[in-house]
Amino acid sequence: MKSKLNLNFAVVDKARQYAREIAADTQKFIEKHTSVTIERTVARLLGIDGVDAQGIPLPNILVDNIRSNNGLSLGLSAYVGNAMIQTGKTPQQIAEAVANGELDITRLKMADMFEIRARIEEIARQTVERIRNNRRQREEYLGRYGDKQGPYLYVIVATGNIYEDIIQARAAANQGADIIAVIRTTGQSLLDFVPFGATTEGFGGTFATQENFRLMRAALDEVSEKQGRYIRLCNYCSGLCMPEIAAMGALERLDVMLNDALYGILFRDINMQRTLVDQYFSRIINGFAGVIINTGEDNYLTTADAVEEAHTVLASQFINEQFALISGIPEEQMGLGHAFEINPDLKNGFVYELAQAQMAREIFPKAPLKYMPPTKFKTGNIFRGHVQDTLFNMVTILTSQKLHLLGMLTEAIHTPLMSDRALSIENARYIFNTMADLGDELEFKKDGIITTRANQVLNEACSMLENIRRDGLFKTLEQGKFAGVKRPFTGGKGLDGVVEKQSGYFNPFVDMMLKGGNK
Amino acid sequence: MSSGLYSTKEKNFSKELDLTRLKPYGDTMNDGKVQLSFTLPVADNERAIEAARQLGAKMGLSDVQVSHHEALDKDFSFFVVYGNLTHTVDITSIKVATIDSTVMDMHGVDDFIKENIGRKLVVVGASTGTDAHTVGIDAIMNMKGYAGHYGLERYQMIEAYNLGSQVTNEDFVKKAVELKADVLLVSQTVTQKDVHVTNMVELVELLEAANLRNKVILVAGGPRITNDLAKELGYDAGFGPGKYAEHVASFFVDEFVKRKMK
Repeated sequence: MKSKLNLNFAVVDKARQYAREIAADTQKFIEKHTSVTIERTVARLLGIDGVDAQGIPLPNILVDNIRSNNGLSLGLSAYVGNAMIQTGKTPQQIAEAVANGELDITRLKMADMFEIRARIEEIARQTVERIRNNRRQREEYLGRYGDKQGPYLYVIVATGNIYEDIIQARAAANQGADIIAVIRTTGQSLLDFVPFGATTEGFGGTFATQENFRLMRAALDEVSEKQGRYIRLCNYCSGLCMPEIAAMGALERLDVMLNDALYGILFRDINMQRTLVDQYFSRIINGFAGVIINTGEDNYLTTADAVEEAHTVLASQFINEQFALISGIPEEQMGLGHAFEINPDLKNGFVYELAQAQMAREIFPKAPLKYMPPTKFKTGNIFRGHVQDTLFNMVTILTSQKLHLLGMLTEAIHTPLMSDRALSIENARYIFNTMADLGDELEFKKDGIITTRANQVLNEACSMLENIRRDGLFKTLEQGKFAGVKRPFTGGKGLDGVVEKQSGYFNPFVDMMLKGGNK
Repeated sequence: MSSGLYSTKEKNFSKELDLTRLKPYGDTMNDGKVQLSFTLPVADNERAIEAARQLGAKMGLSDVQVSHHEALDKDFSFFVVYGNLTHTVDITSIKVATIDSTVMDMHGVDDFIKENIGRKLVVVGASTGTDAHTVGIDAIMNMKGYAGHYGLERYQMIEAYNLGSQVTNEDFVKKAVELKADVLLVSQTVTQKDVHVTNMVELVELLEAANLRNKVILVAGGPRITNDLAKELGYDAGFGPGKYAEHVASFFVDEFVKRKMK
């Protein structure tokens, strides 16, 4: 692709190098630690599922058993593998026995570590194979039907009831949606467990549960087969259970998952150590499962100004890119986020949006960029809202954004009605068709508003990254450099779930998945 | 022709504005024109169109026109409908609980505090309960404000603390005590199945239990908040869409003085 912006790629390279060093520095901390949700993820991937009589998930019961006996630093795999050898039970039977109070897996005689590993790896390979098959099945669908050229139309459903969500999702897919995202109920990100089973009661969204994932995937497969095109399913791995939800998504063949290295810290006040440790394993799973991750930089602009703070979005994209690479996520699976959130009253606001979107496109040429619609300046005037969304659609088609979240004319009023979604899809299809190749026809004036703006944002992002490299990521977050939100190193939720690993710790999935699951 | 458009037919309704019999205005006084859209959970066909028309008539529309219909799915159809409303209201008899403080601008509020209160007011705000959205509380509190209306952080005589989103009512009350808050702002943006009402009531109960309710001015805000609703739930005022920091500030400085708070 030829640069239309005359971007200074020496600065791009420098910025990327700073981000690489920032991520590598933080990674040293990450690799020394595990967390309760990481160990629960291992439990799930070893086949442990279900809840006890009180509705507490078995992975939580097992991890709590190990943690209360100060064993978590050795990892769940060691204890479960040992219990398999000592009791002859499967991981699920072990978890049930612990839940019934019949077994304390930290008090068993420890077998030879080599044997324990062998036993665990045997089970782990089966799960890895199941996920690999899901990946193959997606590829098979895409091979059979072909993949959509141009932007993916991405819509949300958010009824709170998975069965109602399915009705809405099916209609949206029939209207032309390419990605269906099931919004989670408010507050789920702060739960330190994943609810179980099909759910029908949520607020502003639906619980992310493995059963809900399965039900929606089955419904969308049905529509996909009827329509002869593959409809992707999206959910959220943010919050206190990032890796667990990533694992559930991998097991149920989700295609797209929200996964940001910093989002939970900034917007959910989750402790920074916890989030950074958790995101690593969650991304390893996403990467191996072939899931496109969505990062959350667009959110910065809902709290901070989209013109003044544009460089923070770019800086964060560079950081997210490096953390993703460390976790084995290729560029083609990086849905780096940004948004159309400049104040509509600003003169030339559209011109700046165009500059920033084109800049992201050129700096991350292979990434399926996730572009978010206007929300902050939606007023409840649906007619104006529809115009705002139209302008947003224009930027997407002119700059080849890929994951195109459709704006809703009723944003700021309610979660979308079926008809709101239909109008949105119609709008986007109209713009994408009538302007299909306009982007190719356009070149930007040398030293004009657009090229100047893009280079300015790039330079600011680069110097921000230089400062972060100097101060470290943790300190930068403490200073409130992103989204204007300050977070203390030991503040926020979930820190007590972070544990330093001891020697002998092992998690079989990290290596298997990072190596692409090779035996 | 059933619509007013291009019709030369004598209209048998008065063209005078009558505030006791107020109705919508399309292009002629008292024509009663309204536009609406809705979805029916049935297939898009002639019967569905007639059903949409009849629903319009039952809503009190005459000359109902289904101007657009389309299938949203096999068993869902979308309609855009126009009609003339037959109902009227008497606007002269309407009483609403408006917030009767005069609205001052930022400097006006600062001057008012200096002259009448003589110290900085402490304002603590949050989006409480499970609500993860900060756009409302940010618009009122953050330095930059919203749409050219500066937020409370920029006010010289106000010490503003924005606690952000998903703050539990317990934490909110704890923080209010710690900071010696004079004014509490509660934002509720996205809510479903009226969870915001339960959450708002819970805060009032907590404040009462802690014997704090009378020591603070309690204000709610959000797209689904009205002054009436807020008062019913035990708040001093509620601010809906289109209200900015100066509206809220003008209210609470006035209330502070009226209640002879110190």
